[in-house]
Amino acid sequence: MFLEKINLLNFKNYEMLDLDFSSSVNCIVGDNGSGKTNLLDAIYYLSMSKGAFGGGNTQHVLHKEDFFMVKGVFQAKDLDYEVTCGYKKGQAKVFKVNQKQYDKISDHIGRFPVVLIAPNDTDTITEGSELRRKFFDSIISQLDKNYLINLIQYTHHLKQRNSLLKQFAERNFVDRSLIDTYNHKLIALGKAICDKRQEFITEFAPIFREHYQELTENKEITALVYQSQFLEEHYADDFRQALPDDLRLQRTTRGIHKDDYDFLIDDHLLRKFGSQGQQKSYIIALKLAHFDIIKNYTFMKPILLLDDIFDKLDDKRMDKLMRKVAAHTFGQIFITDARPERTQTVFEHIDVEKRIFTIAKGEVVDVMEDLN
Amino acid sequence: MIFSSKLIEDAVDQIAGLPGIGKKTALRLVFHLLKQDEKSTVALTDTLLKLRRDIVYCNQCHHISDTPTCNICSSNKRDRTLLCVVEDSQDVLAIENTAQYQGLYHVLGGVISPMEGVSPIDLHITSLLERVAKSEIKEVIFALSPTMEGDTTTFYLTKKLREHQIKISTIARGVPIGSELEYTDEITLGRSIIGRTTYE
Ligand SMILES: Nc1ncnc2c1ncn2[C@@H]1O[C@H](COP(=O)(O)OP(=O)(O)OP(=O)(O)O)[C@@H](O)[C@H]1O
Ligand SMILES: [Mg+2]
Ligand SMILES: [Zn+2]
Repeated sequence: MFLEKINLLNFKNYEMLDLDFSSSVNCIVGDNGSGKTNLLDAIYYLSMSKGAFGGGNTQHVLHKEDFFMVKGVFQAKDLDYEVTCGYKKGQAKVFKVNQKQYDKISDHIGRFPVVLIAPNDTDTITEGSELRRKFFDSIISQLDKNYLINLIQYTHHLKQRNSLLKQFAERNFVDRSLIDTYNHKLIALGKAICDKRQEFITEFAPIFREHYQELTENKEITALVYQSQFLEEHYADDFRQALPDDLRLQRTTRGIHKDDYDFLIDDHLLRKFGSQGQQKSYIIALKLAHFDIIKNYTFMKPILLLDDIFDKLDDKRMDKLMRKVAAHTFGQIFITDARPERTQTVFEHIDVEKRIFTIAKGEVVDVMEDLN
Repeated sequence: MIFSSKLIEDAVDQIAGLPGIGKKTALRLVFHLLKQDEKSTVALTDTLLKLRRDIVYCNQCHHISDTPTCNICSSNKRDRTLLCVVEDSQDVLAIENTAQYQGLYHVLGGVISPMEGVSPIDLHITSLLERVAKSEIKEVIFALSPTMEGDTTTFYLTKKLREHQIKISTIARGVPIGSELEYTDEITLGRSIIGRTTYE
């Protein structure tokens, strides 16, 4: 599976863009602020039906314009799929594949998978548990629709329960049987979510560990541990018995919304004790494991989007990654760099077909083909 | 929209305040009324006023009614052992239109949703429990919308009703008649499989 071409209208700093891509390596070079990351974002958009860096649809519209369009042609098993996304300010966005609109846009996610490695990814390691849950939730949701439905319901009932706790505090009255109703839902949904997370990590962790070892070549022992109150034996009773705390704090203090994933190196939390280099290796190994998981489930190699990766990795790690590129481990790759000469050097000895796009101020000023 | 008359503007604003009616439609209705005899406008406003002033809610089931006890509750043709719990009066009308149900109703007046400030005390729950306790009801059928709030409300009430020796059921949820299986969304289809019925 790969992206053959893309067509942009008023998308971020691109007024109009028409590009044909290599099914192998595509390098996007250009000065800071020229639009390299925006191009990756457009590709991400075609796959995930939303931008990679947050912000609503309006933020993706070129300043002073009122709509954008992203169109791409994916090729999978020798068939072409034209994916079109249009958004006009004040209207719902339109998402089509081969001219046919989806009933639910969420049905699109996972059909043309991408994996993005971007500079702010280390936030997943250093920031709060929410980002780690998000990282894994987004992977698991793509593999298991039921998981996604459970998650949506859990989040909804949790909001209801929290509102209820606030009301009780205001009115100084507790309706036990209504709390029990929400407890019942949250405990059942929470357990299903917890079991799935645990099952997923059991599958994911060994793949991750292998990538980390390969990238770093050292003896550090890494571990990826799923932490949840719902893994404890008396999780249901504990949940119910936390009511006094819940009432005092006016929010639900136990449940799978408190889950975390411990990223460990030699038994220490990476977030607290890891060096920057270790954190970078860790995040790349996580993403490569993500790549493998999608490949295993869908029998497709996701498109790999590598944003400013040269800045982040030292030569040794870079070399390891590029060896994988040379070994054709990946499918289609998009890689950005503000320094064209560095890209040249890196790829000099790698025997892959590649295309280099030079970008300046939202326009492609040069395309160089290298078939090797 | 610019109106040359304040009177027209006020009328349009009032009518456009109704659900499903935009300013353009409202303007068309206003001009229509002006073209008609004055009598027809008087008849319309009188009817609406009378509706508003005289409508009552049934003292048994809380369905909209002309009389203190509605004609369903006071009918001697209905099966008094069956009670169907619905969200609002519109649901009663919908089920009545199927002509498939001969029991009684109980209109809750909404579903439980703390986020929107709707607690059990805001709904006709006490009267439901009293009805079940005091009457000859043998089965309570829940016909609330298949939303998370509908399900929560059903679950909550089911627990409250469990102490009575009655049958509790919910309406079946499944694939719409005349639609194709492959186009049915997966949650509905999943529920239909779980809640399948024996073929006789
Ligand atoms: N909606 C928008 N309309 C117009 N321009 C936008 C919009 N959103 C972002 N931009 C512009 O796009 C440019 C940033 O592009 P991008 O982040 O892709 O740069 P880059 O080439 O990746 O730079 P760097 O090398 O610094 O990462 C900025 O100049 C920004 O102002
Ligand atoms: Mg960038
Ligand atoms: Zn009645």
